[in-house]
Amino acid sequence: MKWPIFLVWLLLAGPSWAAEPIRVASKNFNESYLLAEMLARLLEDAGYSVERRFGLGGTLICFEAMINDEIDLYVEYTGTLAQTILGRPQLVGQNALNTALASRNIELLDPIGFNNSYAIAVRRALADALGLVTIGDLAGHGLKIAVSHEFLERADGWSGLAARYGLPPRVQGIEHGLAYQAIAEGAIDVMDAYSTDGELQRYDLKLLADDRGYFPRYLAAPLVREDLPEPVKAVLNRLQGRLDDVQMQTLNAQVVFDGRSFAEVADAFLVENGLTTAHSEAIDLWQSIGHNTLQHLKLTFIALTTAIIVGVGLSLLVFRSRGTARIVTYLCGLLQTIPAIALLALMIPLFGIGPVPAIVALCLYALLPVVRNTLTALTTVDPTLIQVAVGIGLTRRQRLRYLFLPLALPSMLAGIRTAAVICIGTATLAAFIGAGGLGDPIVTGLALNDTGLILQGAIPAAVLAMFTEFAFEGLERLLLPGHLRRANRSE
Amino acid sequence: MTDTCVEFVAVSKSFGTEARVLDDVHLRLPTSATTAIIGESGCGKTTLLQHINALLDPDHGQIKVLGAPIPADRIAFRRRIGYSVQGAGLFPHMTSRENIVLLARLEGWTAGAIEQRYQALIAAMGLSGDVSGRYPSGLSGGQQQRVGLCRALMLRPRLLLLDEPFSAIDPITRADIYRHFQQVQQQEGISTILVTHDMREAVRLASWLVIMRHGRILQSASAATVRAAPADDYVARLLAEQLA
Repeated sequence: MKWPIFLVWLLLAGPSWAAEPIRVASKNFNESYLLAEMLARLLEDAGYSVERRFGLGGTLICFEAMINDEIDLYVEYTGTLAQTILGRPQLVGQNALNTALASRNIELLDPIGFNNSYAIAVRRALADALGLVTIGDLAGHGLKIAVSHEFLERADGWSGLAARYGLPPRVQGIEHGLAYQAIAEGAIDVMDAYSTDGELQRYDLKLLADDRGYFPRYLAAPLVREDLPEPVKAVLNRLQGRLDDVQMQTLNAQVVFDGRSFAEVADAFLVENGLTTAHSEAIDLWQSIGHNTLQHLKLTFIALTTAIIVGVGLSLLVFRSRGTARIVTYLCGLLQTIPAIALLALMIPLFGIGPVPAIVALCLYALLPVVRNTLTALTTVDPTLIQVAVGIGLTRRQRLRYLFLPLALPSMLAGIRTAAVICIGTATLAAFIGAGGLGDPIVTGLALNDTGLILQGAIPAAVLAMFTEFAFEGLERLLLPGHLRRANRSE
Repeated sequence: MTDTCVEFVAVSKSFGTEARVLDDVHLRLPTSATTAIIGESGCGKTTLLQHINALLDPDHGQIKVLGAPIPADRIAFRRRIGYSVQGAGLFPHMTSRENIVLLARLEGWTAGAIEQRYQALIAAMGLSGDVSGRYPSGLSGGQQQRVGLCRALMLRPRLLLLDEPFSAIDPITRADIYRHFQQVQQQEGISTILVTHDMREAVRLASWLVIMRHGRILQSASAATVRAAPADDYVARLLAEQLA
């Protein structure tokens, strides 16, 4: 009877569930991490306890999480809010947006200052040579224009811009990550960019003025739950007007190019500008790896245990009926075809964000190998043996206990082993919905292009997967008599 | 025939829409003797056998086993009847000993009683002690069949059903198993019903013969009667061909 208690302990233990701190989230790109860290620091400096749920996988996940009271705040952009979230692009300005948000108990605080919008960039030398100032000046120079695929497709992307400024309607598409390299080397002359990209300074690019007001404004501001205490909102508003486009570019560049951590850059900015009094302590590397590994183990262990109980139980229920067994296997297979990241996202409306939806998703993922292997093994037991088992007078239960289960065990163990390794791998994606674990440094590292950070998650995850393989090999040696092991291996 | 161990009255059976596998079978088999049920593949002999330990239920007719209709508690009923099949049907994940003593353990026999019966049986069936710890995959075909017979005999059944248990074994080994088996059978006074397609085996082991064809009983009589007065041409031909 100690098992359930242990599981509950696993669920409840750990710092992330202890107190009731203010939950600060970020999306999974550099600027969002930086701003979220600044807000978190400001709150900590003012004496609040903060829980960081950084690196959530996108706008809708963040907003859903806020609606479901899973997080208290993150930094959003006015344009994104109006278009993507509210679907009303005509809404402009803090007041108009807040009126629209009031019914959802969400509030947009004061803008931080900069406008991270789409922009059109050219090499500064080229701009000076040709006297390019506005986007309209591009016309008639025969310049090589290439824009990101997304910008090319978007309704508010290139086609509208070209029409507004009289530019060629069809231009080349290019992967955004490669565009900076291409423009620096002169392979292209004009590209789309985000106006606060750190690369703009690094490659000495000039943004052309949008004098005909084509691009919507993407002013960054803290988006918070309305029920946060007023003093907390006041602390968050201390960032109001503190960062313009160029300053934001500089901070972004410090993370992307100078190899400094976003926490370090955020901290330095706050102290230099007198927004916080003291530097915060750096987090110990091993402590954070240990913490993430433990969280990762919790996620996989609970998910796997549940999948084994549900999967084996389900298989035992249905294996006697060939039709039902087929349907169950098929349904489990269907679950497997949902991409992991989509399955995680689908869990959010049902379970919010955090460990619970991640565990449910992992469990669904682990179900197929367990169910398929168990069912296959149970349904392929030699019919002669079944006939003998009935004929010599074994009860249904005894047939299960002395015939079906022992014969199915090798295949079941192999399925569980596969499920365990899948779980460990897939659990790294759980960080996208704020479940923590070894995916945390991986997601952050991916967003920040920080290989060191990625390895902090990837290496322990690989070690865990290997360790699991070894553990199962040992378990098989322990549980299976020699001849069944041999049979299993030759399969 | 005074005592009957098995009695069929007007038993019919068919699977799905196919022709009857058992067609109006009337049968009385003697106690404490060996009966052989003989016929070609598909004649219904295995189906008939599986009605005796209630692996199959008849569509029509009544069956009495050991003097009574088949009771509701089929588990206890089947444990009073020994059962062994071609290839022995040993559980591959259990050692020989585990296979043999499984039912005695489930019946709650003491360790002492189990050990005593086990040792007596393997000795009687001509098995050496070193097969005890081996898995079926490590046994020869003859050893497997002996272990299968030991398992069928473990609970001291009054009735033993054997479905072609000797057909995949070489003649020399087979003769040795016959000898051991017949000793045990006589010592314990077991009624045996043996399904076989081999007339030689039938007359070697059985005192009562049942000859089947197309789901019907052609003749059910003592071996001597069948040999002296075959019921029809088919039986006569079967005897002539196989015993020549």
